[in-house]
Formats: sequence, C-alpha cells, structure tokens
Amino acid sequence: MSTVAVEVVYRGIFQKSLARNIVRSIVFAARKEGKIGTAFGRYGDSPERNGIPAKQFAIVADTAEELEENLAVYQAHEVDVTINVDDTLCKGVESWAWYGLEPINKLTKPNGTLIVTSRQTAESLIEDIHQREEPFSLSIIPGVPSFSGLWVYKDDHTDVRILGTLCKVCPQLVSLKSMVEAIKDQGWSDLKITSAEKAYERATDRPVEPGEGSASVPFSFELPGWKTMEEGLVIRGQGAGGGFRGGEEGFQPDRNEVFKKWSTRSMRPVVNFETCIKCTLCWLQCPDTCFDVTPDGLFDANMEACCGCGVCEAVCPVPECVTMVNEAEFNDNNSQWEAWQLDKDGYKKWMTVLIEKEKLVERTHGFHHVGQYAEEAANAGDN
Amino acid sequence: MTIAPAQAAMYQEEREELISGSEAIGIACALADVDVITAYPIRPYDTVMQYVSKLKADGAFDCDFIVAESEHSQFEIVKHASAVGARTFCGSSGVGWFYAFEAIAVTAGLRLPVVAMVGNRALDDPGAFGVEHNDALAVRDLGWMLYWVATAQEALDIALLAYKVAEDPRVFLPFALSCDGSFLTHSQAIVNVPTFEQVQKFLPNYDRGRLLLHPDNPITIAPQVNEDWLMEIRRQSDEAMRRSTAVIKEHYEDFKRTFGRGDPSPFIEEYMVDDAEIVLVGMGTLALPARVAVRRLREAGKKVGFLRVKFFRPFATEEIQEALSRCKAVAVIDRDYSYGSPANGGVLFNELRSAMYAASNHPHILNFIAGLGGREVLVRDINGIVDTTQQAIDIGKIEQETTWVAVRE
Repeated sequence: MSTVAVEVVYRGIFQKSLARNIVRSIVFAARKEGKIGTAFGRYGDSPERNGIPAKQFAIVADTAEELEENLAVYQAHEVDVTINVDDTLCKGVESWAWYGLEPINKLTKPNGTLIVTSRQTAESLIEDIHQREEPFSLSIIPGVPSFSGLWVYKDDHTDVRILGTLCKVCPQLVSLKSMVEAIKDQGWSDLKITSAEKAYERATDRPVEPGEGSASVPFSFELPGWKTMEEGLVIRGQGAGGGFRGGEEGFQPDRNEVFKKWSTRSMRPVVNFETCIKCTLCWLQCPDTCFDVTPDGLFDANMEACCGCGVCEAVCPVPECVTMVNEAEFNDNNSQWEAWQLDKDGYKKWMTVLIEKEKLVERTHGFHHVGQYAEEAANAGDN
Repeated sequence: MTIAPAQAAMYQEEREELISGSEAIGIACALADVDVITAYPIRPYDTVMQYVSKLKADGAFDCDFIVAESEHSQFEIVKHASAVGARTFCGSSGVGWFYAFEAIAVTAGLRLPVVAMVGNRALDDPGAFGVEHNDALAVRDLGWMLYWVATAQEALDIALLAYKVAEDPRVFLPFALSCDGSFLTHSQAIVNVPTFEQVQKFLPNYDRGRLLLHPDNPITIAPQVNEDWLMEIRRQSDEAMRRSTAVIKEHYEDFKRTFGRGDPSPFIEEYMVDDAEIVLVGMGTLALPARVAVRRLREAGKKVGFLRVKFFRPFATEEIQEALSRCKAVAVIDRDYSYGSPANGGVLFNELRSAMYAASNHPHILNFIAGLGGREVLVRDINGIVDTTQQAIDIGKIEQETTWVAVRE
C-alpha cells in the first residue's frame, strides 16, 4: 500500500515536452510493475507562456482506490521527489496564475529529494533555496538546462538522465529495470537507455539540513473575501507615480503591490551607467515599465517588475550598455544604480566579469541581437 | 462505410493508453468512424480538437475535419452533416458553447443525433478556465441528452454509447458529454482502448432512414410553423426524450456484454448508498474526492454514501427516488449556481428536490455550492458537508438550505 508522487518544475513551453516525457515515462514504468498512475500539468500554468515557471506531476499507486485520493486536483498536495530542470528556479516558483513566490521544495516531503540539472555546486544552489524545518536531499545532475520550443524537442538525453537518477534516489517509485523497459517501449534509442543507466550509477545526493539555505521569506499575500472585494470585477488603475525612491527628483511609476517578479525571469539586464547616453529607449520600450528614472537621468531596472524579456537589451543602441545575464548569477533584487553610486569601480569590475562570462555562454533561448537567428541558421548548415 | 486501412490497423488489438479524457473521446470518435468533425478552439474543449487533428495527421483517423470560423458555424456544420446522414462530432466550452446556442437549439429541434463534448468551464466574465457546470446545464430544457463523465475510461465508453443511443430512430436526439475542465480534459489516466471489431459489433452505422436529406429522398426540413403546429411538434420531442430512458438501458446492457465493463445502472452510480443515513449527491469528477471521503467516514463508523448523477437528461427520477428512499438526509453538492432560484440553490439541488417531492421518503435535502471555477473540492470540505448535514438530522430541521463551501468571507 503506497502512493508515490513526483513533480517536474520547468520553464513553460521551452521545457514542456521534457516535463511531459518525464512524467509519462514514470507512469509507464510503474505500469510495468502492476501499479497504476496519472500524469498531469498544473492547470493554472496553462496555456503556458514562454519561460514562465510551470509544473507537471506523476502520481503512482498500488491500487486504483489509493490513486483516487490524488485525482481531481490542480496539483499534488505533496511529493516524494521534486525535479527542477532549470536551476534558476531554485530561487522559487512563480506561476503566471500568480500564487506568489513558492519555494522550490514547498511540496517536497520531509526527507524527500530535490533533483536539479545544473552546472552549479550544491553549496551555490543551496544559497538560493529557501530554508525549511524538515531535511531533504539535493541530487545534482551536471548539465545546462535543456531548452527547446513548442514544436521542437532537444533530444539531449536530459529526460532519461533524470529518469535514471530518479530510480536511484527514489527506489520505492520504480526499479531501473522497469524504467529501461518503459524507455524501450517508447521507441527511444539504446543510447538513451545507456544514458539512463549511467545516470543511475552516478547519482549522488547531498543531505540538506534544517536551517541551511536562503533565510529570505518568500513573498506571499492575502486574497480578499467576497465581502471585502470590490463588486463589478473592477481593478483599480495604478497612480501615475512620483520621484525616484520617494524623492523629489527622477521618476518611478506606482506599481501593483502584490504582483511582483522573481523567478519568472531566467535572465536580467545589467546596465553600464557610464556608457548610457540617456536615449530613453529602454524606459520607453520595456513592456512592464520596469525602468525607474534616477535623479541623474539614468535608468535603473527594477527587479520586482522585470520579467527578463530582453527588449531593453535589443533596443539599446550602445554596445554592452544593457546586457542580459543569467539569473543564476544573482541572489537578490537589489538596485544596480544604488550599488553603482556606492562604489563605481567595484560595480564596473563586477559588471565586466559578468558580461565577459555571458559572452562565453551559448544562450539557451532568446537572441542577443537582431539578425542572430539568421546567422545561427546559416552557421548550422556548416556543422 | 469503408474504413481507411491505417485507421483499421491502429485498433486491431485491445490495449492500454495513457491519455486524458479529451483524448479518450478523440479515440472513441476514431473507433466510431465519425465522418464529420468540426472544431473551434476554446479551453478546455480544445484538447479534443488537438488530438483529433493529430490522429488525422498520423493517418489513424480518416474524417472530414473542419475548423470553423466560430462556434456557431461549428455547430451549424455538424447539424447539416447529420441531416444528410453523416456521423458527427463537435464540442466547445463555456461561452463558446453559448455562442453556438442558436445552432444548439435547432439541432435538438430537428431531432439530429449530433454528439458533442462540453469541456466544462466557468462562464466569462471574469475570464476563467476552471470547471463549472453552468455551461452544459444551459441546454437542459432543449432536448439534448446530458451526461456527466467522471473518468477518462468512462469518457471513451460513454462516447460510444452516445452514438448508439442518439442514432436510435426511437430517440434521434443530440447527446452532450460533459467533462470537467482540467480534472478530465487535462489529466492523463490509463485507459483500455477496445478494438474496431468490438466497436463495430456494438455500434451499427448511422441510418437516417426516411428522414435522410438527400436527392433520392426529396424532403424539406426546418419549416416555419405557427401556433397550430408547434405543440404537437414539442410533444414529439418530449416523447422521444421519454423513450430514451428505455433505449439507454437497452444499449447500456449491450455495451456491458460487448466490452465487459460498466455499472449496474447507466443513469446513476451508487457508492455505499444502501444502508447510508447521509447520502452525498454530485456530478462529474466530484465523485473522486467524494468516494475517498465516504471510505474514510465509513472506517470511522459513519453511515455515509455517495450517489453520482450520470445522466442529467433524461433525469432518472424513479431510480433516484428509490436510491434515496432509506436515508435520513441528502447533501447535494452543486458545481454550479442558479441565482435567485428556490433556496438560492444550485441547479442539481432544485432538480433533485423537485424529484423527491413525489417520493415516499422525504429526507432532509441540503444544498452545498462547491468547487466553482475549478476550485478543488477536498476531502475535508466533504467532511464539513457531512457534519452540517448530520446537524440537520440531529435537530430535526434544516437551518440553512444552501451553503457555499470554502468561500472566503
């Protein structure tokens, strides 16, 4: 008599097929052992938006009656294993349906496992993960996030490496043998079976004790009741705003106090305030009005409003004045302009390192400049 | 009717698939060899059209698949196709279903056996994707048979039954399969897919007979009439709906013989109702948490049962009267609302209370509005419903007829 639940936390659309392959394979493998299961996505995440955090689930049980306890739900109420296929989501999960910022391990049972695909060290990931009172294990599968699109699938074996690891860290779910059979049944190559078996052999886990991790309290809010909510489906507009950080000079728009951004973005803009020519394009074109105008007429991207779309970088006419940098490099939403004001040389060094590092990384999604797609497509022919 | 070889090859052996309720209906359409399918996207119904177009692209389903420019045209096209003898399928959700309403009304009026799937969704505004039953319930007075599905397997099975019942010349009425958005349309479960051979044995070809709109059978349909004709025409439809009860029973027995599965009754599911003092009543996937709650309460020694209304039309008045003839109190859980109705209650509640007026036993009947907009109905919510209902038994009267469950004050 047992029920085992697994969730996959992923970037909407870019990793939808990856998540689907994982949860379906779990149910197929469990079926090999006479168990019964269900696979589903969190309905509130759908229709998925590019890059917005989303979840899919696999729940398997020994009997249909036991499984019934987990049906007709939007999401599993707790899981034995959380699989995070983009390490920037260790900072937390934000659905576009907006439930606030939820810790990555919110649903993970005490002593459960969090599997993350990442090039970061366990210590670096734990810095991002919210502290909790119950211990859990962290299992890292080395690799960059596997991103593709709605109609294409990057078959880089991330799916089977996760499935192999899963069989090791959660043996009560299914055996590796059953998983290998399920992989075979889906017509996947022998090479993928080898990848699953290697991942099984190499799987490690690092216990995470209570109190380890980020001490920040995840953002949450109270929903109104029917007696306190305004009638007529009215949403009041925001005020025009005023001076920068409440001062006399500059400008900062009023923003919705509950709808804020954290892990929605996988990249964020880094601004070189010294080369900025104050052309206003980033401020004008940002679809989320996330730039605040500083007293000295510069533009400071407010990280509680930025969704990481990269429009500012695309419209900025000055080379490397606005650069999108992987979100994994940051641990807070603090103001860049304020950091620059405090220590201009230090900021410049920090920024230069980030930008140079970013140049070495092949972007997993999005494009750095207009025409990049055409260039990449032309180069692809040579390979 | 000839079947494309690739389509026939897909369903030679019984097999299991991991599919959603919508996908199960898509497969049922292929097994029933539906001729004309129309589509127009709206969540959560659109999961059927996506799957049908995939089956068609894979060569696993040979049908005319028409993506219309609106729901109204979508339902008009199948109405006409059905009149000329084509087996048809379409569907919609929420306000999309309402946009087609003129066509939906005339389909029943013309006695055309269209089968539609309603992916139950809250009516806009506010825009919401989650399940409420008000969309499908809006056709309850028009001559559509209405069935609420609880599992993906049942979606496949009842889709096959729907064609057999709707196309029976004793009935010739359209059939709507209501599927809870998300819980059925977007959740994958293990489903047994039968073979073509089994389905062909069960389901004869659609024969419109003397009503076929065809040059070889010159007829006119859909005339204009006045007060001197209409009552008789309405009475015919009324009689067809009355006849459908026996036809459903007959064909459901046949279904069970052919496929080896099914409940004792096609109309209602009784779960531990026999000796229950409190019977919960609901439709669709509400059955899942309700059955779990009943099992746990039984373990604690409480005599509780659950009755699922499967067919809302035709409403199984006598079976429901009989099933509730021994209990002390009934708690009707509505995933719908009917503003300003008697007791400000839900549609199912008022329907069931009306049915029980003529019954020999008059249990207390309480109403609970729950799970609107797709909010989960949890086991603890159901425990609360049972507690409130027990209070009515204890004090011998109902203090509050309708209660909204888990609503923030």
